[in-house]
Amino acid sequence: MYDCAAKGREFFHQGEADLDSAFVIEYAPMFARAAVLTVSLAAAGIVLAVILGLACALIRYFKVPVLRRVAGFYIEVSRNTPLMIQLFFLYYGLTRIGILLEGVTCAIVGLAFLGGGYMAEAFRAGLEAVSRNQIETGLSIGLSRRQLIRYVMLPQAFAVAIPAISANTIFLMKETSVFSIIALPDLVYVAKDLLKEGHSGETNLMLVVSYLMIILPVSIIFSLLERRVRRAGFSG
Amino acid sequence: MPCRTVLNIIDLHKRYGQLEVLHGVSLEVKKGQVLVVVGPSGCGKSTLLRCINGLEPIDSGNIELNGGSITDGKTRWNLVRQKIGMVFQSYDLFPHMTVMENILLGPLKAQGRNRAEVEHEAEELLERVGLLDRRDSWPGQLSGGQKQRVAIVRALCMQPEIMLFDEVTASLDPEMVREVLDVMLELARRGMTMIIVTHEMAFAKAVADRVIFMDAGVIVESAPPDQFFENPASERARKFLNIFQFTGVTKEEQTDEKNGSN
Repeated sequence: MYDCAAKGREFFHQGEADLDSAFVIEYAPMFARAAVLTVSLAAAGIVLAVILGLACALIRYFKVPVLRRVAGFYIEVSRNTPLMIQLFFLYYGLTRIGILLEGVTCAIVGLAFLGGGYMAEAFRAGLEAVSRNQIETGLSIGLSRRQLIRYVMLPQAFAVAIPAISANTIFLMKETSVFSIIALPDLVYVAKDLLKEGHSGETNLMLVVSYLMIILPVSIIFSLLERRVRRAGFSG
Repeated sequence: MPCRTVLNIIDLHKRYGQLEVLHGVSLEVKKGQVLVVVGPSGCGKSTLLRCINGLEPIDSGNIELNGGSITDGKTRWNLVRQKIGMVFQSYDLFPHMTVMENILLGPLKAQGRNRAEVEHEAEELLERVGLLDRRDSWPGQLSGGQKQRVAIVRALCMQPEIMLFDEVTASLDPEMVREVLDVMLELARRGMTMIIVTHEMAFAKAVADRVIFMDAGVIVESAPPDQFFENPASERARKFLNIFQFTGVTKEEQTDEKNGSN
C-alpha cells in the first residue's frame, strides 16, 4: 500500500536538506540592496504617477479644451501597452533619435507613464463621486474654484479613490519586476544571476520573501488608511 | 421700519432650454426685512434663490446687491457670495470636516480672516443654536436638525448681508423642524435680512414681513402676511392656501363614513 505520510515526510526532509542556510545568509545582503533599489524606483515612479494621474483627472473632469484630448489619448496608450514595451521604447527606442536615458531614469519614467493612466482613472471616479450639492455649497460660502478643489473636492475624491489607488500602487510595485530587462540590478536581476549558479530553491524563496516584505506593509498601510477615512464618516 | 435696499431684482428672466422658469420677476428687499416666498413646486422660487447667488446664470434682467449690479457679466461671484449666505434643503455639511472646520472654512480660506477671531464668533453662534458641545463632532454623528443648524451657523459666520433659505426644513423629520425654525425666528428678531422659501405656512405667517406668492415663474401676489393668509387677493393664491386646509375636509368624510356604516 502506498504510504502517503511517509512520502510526505520524505519530501519535507528532502526540502529541508536542500535549504542551504549558508547560501541564504551569504546572499541576503545582496537581496537587501536590490530591494532598496526596487523600493526607491517604485516610490519615485508611483509618486510621479499619482501627480500625473491627478493632473489628467482634473483636466478631464473640468473638460479643459485641447488638453483633455491629450490626456484621454495618453490614458489609453499607457493603460493598453505593457510596461516592458514602454521600457524598451524609452531605453532602446529613444537612442535612435539621439536621446540617451539612464536605466534609472527609464525605470522611473516608465513606471510613472504606466501608473499615470491608472491613477487618472482612479481619481476621475473619485471626482465624479463628489456630489453637485457639495460643490454648490462650497461655492455658496465664497470659495474660489481653486479653494473648492483643494478643500472640498480633492479630500472627498481621494477618500472614494483610496481602494483603487491602493490596488494601483500594489500593481505598480509588482510591475517593477520587469526592470531587469534594462539592466537594473533589482530583485529579479539579482535572482536571475544567482539562478545561473543553481540554488534555485533558496533564490526563489528569497525573491518571494523580499517582494512580500516590500509590498505587504504597503497593503496594510492602505487598508488602515481606508478604515480611518470610513470612520471619519465620509458617507454623510 | 427698514429703509436701505439690500437686494433689488429687476425683471429677471431665466430659461432652461425652451422652458421659461422665471418670467420677469422684480423684487426689492430692504435691510432687516424678512421675505417669505411661497408657491406650488415648480413655480420658480428655488431658481430665484439660485439666481441671486449666481448658481444659475440669468438670461436677462438685473440683480443689484447694495446698489451695485451683480449680473453685469463682470461679477466675481466668489466675492459676492461671501455677502450672501445660503442654506440648502439637504444641509450639505462637508463630511470630511468636523462641525468647527465646516464653519471655519469660508471665513478663513475665502475671506482670509483671523483664526482666533473667527473661532470666537463661531463658538458664540454655536452657543446660540445650542450646539456648542458638538463643535468637534463629525457631520455623520449629528441628526438632521443639528446638521441644518450647523449649516445655518456656517453661512452666518461669513457675516453675510442677506441670508437665503431654500426649503431648509423640507427633508427633516417633523420633530426636528421646530428647532431649525426657532433659529430662523431668532435671526429675524435680531434684524437679519432674509429671503425664505418654505412650505411651513404657520411659520411663514409668524416670521414674514412680506409674503411673496409665486406661480408659473411670476410673482402673483406680494402682501403683508396677515393680509395674504386671511384674505388673499388672487384666486390662485386662495387655491394654493386651500391645500393646507384640512379641518373641513376631515369632518365631512368622517360624517359620511358614519352614515355609511349605520
